[in-house]
Amino acid sequence: MEKIAIVGVAQTTYERRKKDKTYHDLVYEVTVAALQDSGLTLADIDNVITVSNDFLDGRTISSMAVGEAAGAHNKNISTVEGDGTFGAFYGAMRVLGGFRSTLVVAHSKGSEGSSRFITNAMFDPIYQRPLGLDSLSSSALQANAYMAKFGIAEEDFAKVSVKNHGNAKNNPYAQLPMNITVDDVMRSKKIADPLKLLDCSPISDGAAAVIIGNEEIVEKSKTRPAWIKGIGHCSEEYFLGDRDLADPRALRNAAERAYAMAGISSPLEQINVAEVYDAFSYMEPLWLEGLGICKPGHGHKMIEQGITTMDGSLPVNPSGGVLSAHPILVAGLARIIEATLQLRGEAGARQVDGAGTALAHGINGPCGQSHCVWILGAEV
Amino acid sequence: MTTGRDYSKLLTVKFDRAMPYEWSVGKYGSRFFREIIEHQRFVGIRCPKCNKVYTPPRRICGPCFEELHELVELSTTGTLVAFSVVNYPFPDPNTGQQRPIPYTYGYINIDGSDSIFSHIINETDAERIRVGMKVRAVFKDKAEMRGDIQDIKYFELLNK
Amino acid sequence: MARRVAIVGTGQTDHCSHRPDVDGREMIHEAVIRALDDCELTIRDIDAIVIGNMDHFESINYVDTWSVEGSGGVMKPIMKITTGGTTGTSVAIAAYYHVASGLFDRVLAIGWEKNSESDTTAAIITCSDPIWDRFSYSGAIPSLATEAVGYMNRSGATQEDAARVAVRDRTHALNNPHAHLRKPITVQDVMDSPMLAYPIKLLDVCPRTDGACAVVFAAEGTAEKIAPKPAWIKSCAVRHSITWFGDFDFNAGLMSLQRAAKEAFDRAGIKNPVEDLDVAELYLPYSYAGLKWIEDLGFCGPGEAPEFVGEGNTDMGGKIPINPSGGVISTNCIGATALIRVAEAAIQVMGKGGKRQVPDVVNALATGFGGCFWSDVVVMSTQRPY
Repeated sequence: MEKIAIVGVAQTTYERRKKDKTYHDLVYEVTVAALQDSGLTLADIDNVITVSNDFLDGRTISSMAVGEAAGAHNKNISTVEGDGTFGAFYGAMRVLGGFRSTLVVAHSKGSEGSSRFITNAMFDPIYQRPLGLDSLSSSALQANAYMAKFGIAEEDFAKVSVKNHGNAKNNPYAQLPMNITVDDVMRSKKIADPLKLLDCSPISDGAAAVIIGNEEIVEKSKTRPAWIKGIGHCSEEYFLGDRDLADPRALRNAAERAYAMAGISSPLEQINVAEVYDAFSYMEPLWLEGLGICKPGHGHKMIEQGITTMDGSLPVNPSGGVLSAHPILVAGLARIIEATLQLRGEAGARQVDGAGTALAHGINGPCGQSHCVWILGAEV
Repeated sequence: MTTGRDYSKLLTVKFDRAMPYEWSVGKYGSRFFREIIEHQRFVGIRCPKCNKVYTPPRRICGPCFEELHELVELSTTGTLVAFSVVNYPFPDPNTGQQRPIPYTYGYINIDGSDSIFSHIINETDAERIRVGMKVRAVFKDKAEMRGDIQDIKYFELLNK
Repeated sequence: MARRVAIVGTGQTDHCSHRPDVDGREMIHEAVIRALDDCELTIRDIDAIVIGNMDHFESINYVDTWSVEGSGGVMKPIMKITTGGTTGTSVAIAAYYHVASGLFDRVLAIGWEKNSESDTTAAIITCSDPIWDRFSYSGAIPSLATEAVGYMNRSGATQEDAARVAVRDRTHALNNPHAHLRKPITVQDVMDSPMLAYPIKLLDVCPRTDGACAVVFAAEGTAEKIAPKPAWIKSCAVRHSITWFGDFDFNAGLMSLQRAAKEAFDRAGIKNPVEDLDVAELYLPYSYAGLKWIEDLGFCGPGEAPEFVGEGNTDMGGKIPINPSGGVISTNCIGATALIRVAEAAIQVMGKGGKRQVPDVVNALATGFGGCFWSDVVVMSTQRPY
């Protein structure tokens, strides 16, 4: 694969509600900020990929609201409706396929619609939607299946929440930095068994942008490049009952693709920091298993063993993760941005020292039906 | 794959529930609506690069990719640039009910501005409307204004 | 270095107004199987899938993950691209970049729509800005009507001139077994049809269709082994310039098409479109577009389209046949429609057009239209690009 890198990043702070900002505002602000970060001008951007979702925005052709705000008035443009990691994947392919650079920008305002309706709409209208399934209830099913398969206790998941909300205190962008204990999590309101309030990510507003460039653009940029070493995505079956919800095989497949490209044969040894999509506390250990960072059924031991904590050998979600801020679609791009900042040494109080290889991960569809894995490296 | 078959055996599932949204208007749009409530007038915004005046005001000029700040006070009159008398029925996604027809959809160039404003014209006889006619906004009673596009009831034709 | 990419196979459903016998996944599956059969591949040979439609027609969120049993995406990379009416060409262009990037060798592009499952106008209205435009906007027809009025004022074109475009496309559809509307019409039929929004009458405008289309893209080195005459993608360009409908200048040409065409033609070495192109599948959602937009493409000068079309230059056997498939006026399953233009142009290049084949095609043009007067342009050829 040709040498391409992330050369510019920008994200808004993540909040429950940004009443004063329209999508147009959010996209414009991160576009300008990403350009400033990279030291490039709009003329250096060859094409734009916007990332949005019609149901989230309450607007068919949701991309219509933001093209000009992303500087695309007279540029090639397209739109991925899916997590930001997938949008950035397309952006990377556009650079490998001939453009010098791609600006990828994602936005979402969870405050403006009803999360229940919107996530209910991803379920099949004939067989599942009338049952009222939404992301919360379906994820509760997955957590339940995962716990039953491996004998995991709710307290084990609670530790993830404690770790990540604690990590968020070091992240100026995070929505929910919190000092909590396992007890706090266990006593928080039960939403859908076994998920309690503090096991769940919040509803968030925000936007993020990355600029991907080829070597010519890397030369022009003023940032230290985060080289794209390996990328992969894969989807498994759609109906929840057709899947083993406790065995994330689509993630395994996506990770294998990314690892093969990046020359990663032992992820636990070779990856220095990971940002994974923990929309719920149980997802962090489940995805670590799918990523091959630990054996199936062992994900929940990683915190206890001091591996995935900030002072461990593979800190996971130093940013606070999705549990601390969950703007849909944007959250995957934020994982890529956090990984980039780590490699640049610009992660401030959440910096993992000497991070040379970083993993970023995003999910799409119910219960992580589809996954996208990114391996970024500080060395070319 | 489709053959003449007994369609009475094929079922459908209906969905007609409202999906609720609450969209932010933003600083620029909010100013436009507040000017209507407080002063019954329009404001536009000028691009310092290309000098174009946009109504309603917006944050950036797309072609110039420039952030805009200079508000311009405008009258409530304009010129009809294009119109269409809509004759076919459809459910209005804003209300869930059939939108009353016929109604006239108009593109108006507000005097002093360079962009086009979409709204309703209060004349449904296509013979009595011509491109180029002057129009003027007719507002709701101030007490009924809510700060949205319907605070303008419609645009009326001036030279009939 | 970006790889060269060609289309090696296509498949479509038999488009019609209503498919109560299939759900969306099953309908997608039909098109996918036909595309795979067309190039004698199996789903195992496909490395990645790109799919698109317009969400609110079927009200399905995350169509990529929902579709996998029908699209063949189980345990494959799949992503969703959607840009409104231009979705089909955006999907095709995404599939192109999947292959050009070097990451995937054989990629399946899918566009589909079950327009019968919702009210098309109500769904289209939700594409407009909810604060400013949605109150007055009444769907695609009135904004196209205002464009038509602007064009008629400038060029002197008549309603009959536009009707001639509809007659041409509907006549061409008789040669296309997949087309939705397959009854011929006359100019008088168009003039007699109900006026929807002046000057657009019922027969000036496209139908609502249920249908799906699938296209297989392959990399140089693989494409030649799959298809005897692959359709090489010479260039593609896109301009989705405007955000609000009121920003469109009704008294000017279709700016997005002019710009996208200029970029695509320059890159493909097309200097004189009528001479250098052999066939065009254009996204013309209504008859007046068939006059105005071919001027924007440079087929003829400003105001000259009524004569150019009237003299038969765009009919089968003419200088530059337009829409041998019958075009959008004969079939409009929105998420698929622009992809069908790409598929039909590829069919012409590959020589698989049967009764609708234009003889000796070397270069073919496909365009997409939608959104806020947006345009996509794709040029393909029997010749490899440089």
